[in-house]
Amino acid sequence: MDTVTQRVEPVATGPKTFDAERARADFPLLSRSMRGKSLVYLDNAATSQKPRHVIDAIHRYYETLNANVHRGVYQLSEEATSAYEWGRAMTARYLNAPSPAEIVFVRGATEAVNLVAATFGRQRVGPGDEVLVSAMEHHSNIVPWQMLCDERGAKLRVIPMNERGELVLDRLPDLLTPRTRIVAVVHVSNSLGTVNPVREIIREAHARDIPVVIDGAQAAPHGPVDVQALDCDFYAVSGHKMFGPTGIGVLFGKRALLDEMPPYQGGGEMIRSVTFEKTLYAPLPMKFEAGTPNIEGAVGLGAAVDYLRQLDWEAVARHEADLLAYATEAVSDIPGLHIVGTAARKTPVVSFTLEGAHPHDIGTVLDQEGVAVRTGHHCTQPVMDFFGIPATARASMAFYNTRDDVDRLVAGLHRVREVFPR
Amino acid sequence: MSDLSELYQQVILDHNKAPRNFREVPDANRTADGDNPLCGDRITLWVKVTDGVIEDVGFQGQGCAISQASASVMTTVVKGKTVVEAEKLFRAFHGMVTGTAEPDRTTLGVKLVAFSGVKEFPARVKCANLPWHTLHAALTNGDGITLE
Repeated sequence: MDTVTQRVEPVATGPKTFDAERARADFPLLSRSMRGKSLVYLDNAATSQKPRHVIDAIHRYYETLNANVHRGVYQLSEEATSAYEWGRAMTARYLNAPSPAEIVFVRGATEAVNLVAATFGRQRVGPGDEVLVSAMEHHSNIVPWQMLCDERGAKLRVIPMNERGELVLDRLPDLLTPRTRIVAVVHVSNSLGTVNPVREIIREAHARDIPVVIDGAQAAPHGPVDVQALDCDFYAVSGHKMFGPTGIGVLFGKRALLDEMPPYQGGGEMIRSVTFEKTLYAPLPMKFEAGTPNIEGAVGLGAAVDYLRQLDWEAVARHEADLLAYATEAVSDIPGLHIVGTAARKTPVVSFTLEGAHPHDIGTVLDQEGVAVRTGHHCTQPVMDFFGIPATARASMAFYNTRDDVDRLVAGLHRVREVFPR
Repeated sequence: MSDLSELYQQVILDHNKAPRNFREVPDANRTADGDNPLCGDRITLWVKVTDGVIEDVGFQGQGCAISQASASVMTTVVKGKTVVEAEKLFRAFHGMVTGTAEPDRTTLGVKLVAFSGVKEFPARVKCANLPWHTLHAALTNGDGITLE
């Protein structure tokens, strides 16, 4: 670093740096210790930690607002309903959905994809049709489509990727055939960190009137999403990956499509009227929310995006780019380490293998150093098969991670190298 | 207190680096596949049993140091033993790594006792057990096993 002359007053001309230390203070868990050291949490792609804002909101919900929603005529139920719908409205804003009615609460991105496959998919996909996914999908964006294709006698096709872990879009025009009924692509790869050019894929698909489902579980934690600019037909997120609680997620769907789709599950909450002869369904989004919903989850997710929206996302983007560059360079110095996934556009995810040390052994040694990373196939077995490896170790960072965290990771990897010499 | 050197004892590191009996046994009459789908460890085991004695045994596979070393050490220990003795070792080993029984040092011997540190690492117990469950499957019904 160059030495800079201290100014008397900071001048707000240059780009602002993100104060990760200040952000860390908002996340109580990050201050806990692990095996006698301060915890270094680098498994954010598996789940993120929760800011106090979210924890307090859930706490407050149960202490002051708990009642069932959309039912009671009493004030408490109305307040609970407002809190639940506030969560929906906040999430709609974070995704820039035209209307909260296009935001369906689900358990997570997995359920969102299953919902689309089971309703929209069944409507559209028939024998001989095709569903197009990409080579880097999470199992949650493969298996539901495979199940649909098996049921319908349709074919699952795959957009290939190159050795850097980037989709080969040259192949897209050939893969979008007259039989393609749905395209389902991940926005950001969980195991590689690749940011896919989904806008381009959506444009290509729409030019052929093919609807597109985007798995945004790994994108939403790295900044607000604009579903209108993307023009995607469906967008799936998981609350727990974007600093909210587990068990809640969101499916955005364009109103015209949601209106035409049959319900996903039947039950209470999703009906307008029921007789033994016929049931009339509730309007959007309730049509897709059978049963008493995850109210605390919606409130917690609302609080999470409420927290996220006050961040300076341009500064966060610079901070995360710095973390990625710093980590990429630092781990590359470890003898025998190979980074898996070197796309030009990545979130701060560094997936790697180390010669002579299996990822699980890496994970165990790092854990002893207080460093939490994920090891395994990351629910992307086809990605592992593509690279000819059984598993990787993955350090996935969030805005609250720092260069110090990376330094601890690197020190831990040197320890791995000691235990497992090449 | 869990400690890395307790887990990664020299025997384990050695067998991981240079696994013994890492080969198919061509005239095997028992075989089984074992895999741990959550972490991707997998082994294939070939056993030749004659008159109730394990005459030859070999394995191939991929996975972490614990799973591969456990398979390697196991093959060296059970070779020449009777099926009944091997099953007794399986139970003693299982008891030791799950922490449900004190290590039976006489039965297990020093090389298997080297895996006693695994019990302090709950996530890794399945790695150590995988080869033994696979052996058990090969000796009893020959079907593959999956550790969930």
